[in-house]
Amino acid sequence: MPEHEAGGTLGTSTLEVRDFLRRRREQIAQRWADEPLFRTVFTVSRDEAVEAGKAVVDALAQVADSQRVEDPDAAGFTGVREQLARMGAARSRAGLSATQMSSELAALWPPVENLLVADLDQAPPEELRECSTTLSVLMGTLRLVAMQTALSEGQALIDRQRLQLLEVATPVIKLWDGIVAVPLIGTLDSARSQVVMETLLNAVVDQHARFAILDITGVPTVDSLVAQHLMKTVAAARLMGAECVVSGIRPAIAQTIVHLGLDLGTVKTRASLADALGYCLHELGANIVNATPDGAGRR
Amino acid sequence: MHTAAGVEACLPIRSDMDLVWVRQHVRQAAARLGFGLVDQTKLVTAASELARNTLVHGGGGQLEVSLVTADGVSGLRLAFSDSGPGIPDLERALSDGYTSGDGLGMGLGGARRLVHDFEVESVPGSGTTVRVTSWVGRPPRPREEV
Repeated sequence: MPEHEAGGTLGTSTLEVRDFLRRRREQIAQRWADEPLFRTVFTVSRDEAVEAGKAVVDALAQVADSQRVEDPDAAGFTGVREQLARMGAARSRAGLSATQMSSELAALWPPVENLLVADLDQAPPEELRECSTTLSVLMGTLRLVAMQTALSEGQALIDRQRLQLLEVATPVIKLWDGIVAVPLIGTLDSARSQVVMETLLNAVVDQHARFAILDITGVPTVDSLVAQHLMKTVAAARLMGAECVVSGIRPAIAQTIVHLGLDLGTVKTRASLADALGYCLHELGANIVNATPDGAGRR
Repeated sequence: MHTAAGVEACLPIRSDMDLVWVRQHVRQAAARLGFGLVDQTKLVTAASELARNTLVHGGGGQLEVSLVTADGVSGLRLAFSDSGPGIPDLERALSDGYTSGDGLGMGLGGARRLVHDFEVESVPGSGTTVRVTSWVGRPPRPREEV
């Protein structure tokens, strides 16, 4: 078939698809509202799902009108992008993988195809086939657009969570007058350790702390970079007149530090947070006495 | 003398996030093979140092994890490769306290002390590959040998 003719048929079939979509807008939206994708996202009201479905059908009709059924960047999709992103986000929050989401999107095709076949049963089979092909290409493009938006939404979520982690995981706890502690948890990459240092130094100032305990019980790996961050934090605190104690050094970590050849000789270390607190209290001149049942002190 | 039982996994090293994944993967692989807690920690720490070298000095690369056996003992081999500038003076790079960046300079030499077998292949201008192997249940190398 000569090329211009092929282009011509595609042209007429896209326009026919456009008219079909406009004609059957209501029915398509009604059927989609019962498909898992719409049903599970719009749980509150079915009408809302139908409205959302209509918006998607309108977008498809607009794309067909512009003859760009294969183009995910077609202007017609702009209006529904945000809605698709919301739907994608809702599905991924529900724990769906990208593959599952893709097959839910694919499930939108059969109802539309059935309507098209019913609509064009008087038309020549040739025409039906062409319209069906065009429409399936258009649905494929919709799927692509939805997946694209869902994935970029996922990336944005990851970025937000990273920022949240930076904030959340570094509380400074006041253990006693003049003693603060920071329980470190997870990976101490450069960004995290910067936050740790800042919050610790601020706490030293605010609480007039003479001792700061860095507890690394929750740090799975202590390599030379982590050790370097610890030493820098200790040195900075020392400049401000606070002594740092690193606690929570597990046996495996201790052996690894020795083999790695790291010299933590300049840093005060203790095996557990309790030991570190005991040391600090002792240095502050506080006496810990076990109380006997009648309340009197005993040493 | 030992046979590689095939590459178990190939991980990219392109960002800080990948380092986290490298550590977790190596820890899980070592635990599955039956490494004790101390040996797991050592191997993970060595992997962390080497992966960071790959990222910082090599400009990114990859890690190949393979399971190996020799004389009935199983082990884990990690091969870190990059196509960065290479190491011009290997002797110096392995010595403690030498650094081309602003680190402590303990990474390469320290990693060598944390594993049983250690080899570096570096061609200036075309990249570096560091291969380390640790064996389940073998005592650490005596310090003199290092």
